[in-house]
Amino acid sequence: MIRFIVQRFLGMLVTMFFVSVMVFIIMELPPGDYAERYAFRKFSGTGVTVTEADVNNIRVKLGLDRPAYERYFSWIWGIVTKGDFGPAFAFETSVNNVIGQRLWLTLAILFSTLIVTYLVSIPIGIYAAVHRHSVADYSLTVLSYLGLALPNFLLALILLYISVTVLDSSVGGLFSQEFEGAPWSWAKFVDLLKHLIVPAVVLAWSATAFQLQTVRATMLDELNKLSVTAARARGIPEWKVLLKYPARLAINPVVSTVSFDANRIFSELPIVALVLGLPELGELLIKSYIDLDMFVAGAILLMLTFMIVFMNFLSDIALAFLDPRIKLEGG
Amino acid sequence: MSTNELSQRELTQQDRAVQERESQEALRYYSATQWQLVWWRFRRHKLAMAGGLFLALLAFLGIFAEFFGPYSGVTRNTDYLLGPPQIPRFWDENGFSLRPFVYGVTTERDPVTLRRIPTIDREVRHPIRFFVRGEPYTVLKVIESDIHLFGVEEGTVHLFGTDPLGRDLFTRTLIATRTSLSIGVLGVLIAFVLALIIGGVAGYFGGWIDYGIQRLTEIVRVIPVIPLYMGLAAAFPREWSTQQIYFAMTLILGLVGWPTLARRIRGQLLTLRTEDYVVAAQIAGASAARIIGRHLLPAFASYIIVDLVISFPYLILSETALSFVQLGLRPPDISWGILLQDAQNIRAIEQAPWLFIPAAFVVTAVLSFTILGDGVRDAADPYTVSGS
Repeated sequence: MIRFIVQRFLGMLVTMFFVSVMVFIIMELPPGDYAERYAFRKFSGTGVTVTEADVNNIRVKLGLDRPAYERYFSWIWGIVTKGDFGPAFAFETSVNNVIGQRLWLTLAILFSTLIVTYLVSIPIGIYAAVHRHSVADYSLTVLSYLGLALPNFLLALILLYISVTVLDSSVGGLFSQEFEGAPWSWAKFVDLLKHLIVPAVVLAWSATAFQLQTVRATMLDELNKLSVTAARARGIPEWKVLLKYPARLAINPVVSTVSFDANRIFSELPIVALVLGLPELGELLIKSYIDLDMFVAGAILLMLTFMIVFMNFLSDIALAFLDPRIKLEGG
Repeated sequence: MSTNELSQRELTQQDRAVQERESQEALRYYSATQWQLVWWRFRRHKLAMAGGLFLALLAFLGIFAEFFGPYSGVTRNTDYLLGPPQIPRFWDENGFSLRPFVYGVTTERDPVTLRRIPTIDREVRHPIRFFVRGEPYTVLKVIESDIHLFGVEEGTVHLFGTDPLGRDLFTRTLIATRTSLSIGVLGVLIAFVLALIIGGVAGYFGGWIDYGIQRLTEIVRVIPVIPLYMGLAAAFPREWSTQQIYFAMTLILGLVGWPTLARRIRGQLLTLRTEDYVVAAQIAGASAARIIGRHLLPAFASYIIVDLVISFPYLILSETALSFVQLGLRPPDISWGILLQDAQNIRAIEQAPWLFIPAAFVVTAVLSFTILGDGVRDAADPYTVSGS
């Protein structure tokens, strides 16, 4: 078991390394270099004439005259040893300051979304599989089609529209005004939870549609197994049969795709966050892309991806505990 | 006795006729090509047929958008900014008219906010005429014309209302349909070619090449797709023309879309390349490209088509999402995402809910693609029993 975990952990580190290289390449992609943009942002509109020499000075000061691989390693070194993600020039501060508590809010959104997804998809998926060809089953299929077709940001817009026109209140943001700058307290936490519901439902929308189908399909496969028939023949009550054999196994694919769900949620998060005005990483990501503030964008992209890779690692281990067959194949 | 014999003979004749018909059907079935079988199975899937026909209609409307729309996509009607949809009517309290009409519009300034507010004048009727001459346009860069399907001679007709700049939302939605669908098609094609090359190489050669490519696809897949798209789109130089951005967008969608397809192709190739007929071709001295193209691809072409259809909606949604947050196509290009930019903030939605209409197009198009994909998948699966 320990060997298996170590192996997966090393695999995770390797993946993280390659991901960081790709993120660095994306950071380097925009035309013109950081020094030019820095100079432009700092001095445009101030009436100061910026010469080529000034830009060069900035370049040397920021270490941009060094070759790409050196810059990559100093960037990574800063992150690994000091947790320093570099400067954020649009805000004239460091990336760490800009990101601040947004990381935790992002995690809060991720986990509340995952909880909503599983609370909805697992029981309903099992129910649909057991009551196959019932009205509930068919309406579920229709709903999951809609889950795929209606993009989250449109759903967010529709919810906004309903809340403004019908309920006469706004669902945007993560905090009520009175808690905006307040220190953390129980009341603020409750307020956050209330505000998390709408983003969680919006983001869980398509993930639930996928998981419902997965759970239903695995359940259908498992229901036809001989173990189920045998259990029924032994006279075990039906609900116990369902829980003990098929339902237990139907959860496995869900566990193994946690990181896919996280991936999907993070993929949709920025746009939903923009529409709902959530102060988290995705929203900042879009802003920094538009501003070409690539250190911030790179840091966020790196964080989001690392979270996914890490969850993948966790789900691998959880799966090894849940399903002993996997250990034998993998380790 | 004799009557009995007679009836028996009749019976056998009937039997023979039935058998013959059955055997002809069986002959037709067994001699049908793979694609005929797929088509027969697909035709039975009514919902998927409907989805396919709807998409064809959308594409048709999109290609001839300038003909179906009464105005060009950029003409501004400054008297009708953010105007609500004008719905053609046949009757009102002033009587019935066989020719549909829309009401006239006058604009007044709100004395408090100084905003120009269009008001509907129910006394003025503008009859809608068909095949009217209007603004000249060019379809597909070849056909030049100035005939529009419908229009009014005086006043204006805006079926879906107008946007904040007073442009006709109906025409713009149709043009956006063309842009968004075509970007999806091009993106899928690029992804397909890339997947074919990369997945083909990985699956055919196996070994360390396969291993390297597998790791690469895994890493690409682990980065959340939309943020990755955005990162690549953010790198477009500001001074690029809309055409350059359009093609760059298709390229990006294709670049990020290939891993799923490549994985499928690789998996199929890995199982197929040990088949006897492949070995035979190798011994006969056929080149790798020929074996992949001639012997292996046809064997799983149906799977690829299914994957292509299924990946469409993702590309279309991605394009819409990117343009929506101003990281994709840019105005004056018109796409679904760009149209929805106007509906981004809550005030706009409150004031002008019709700006949401393009969203309905997005949803129905994606829904049709999904249903069509399901139908094609069922039809292409050789293990579904056909004819029953």
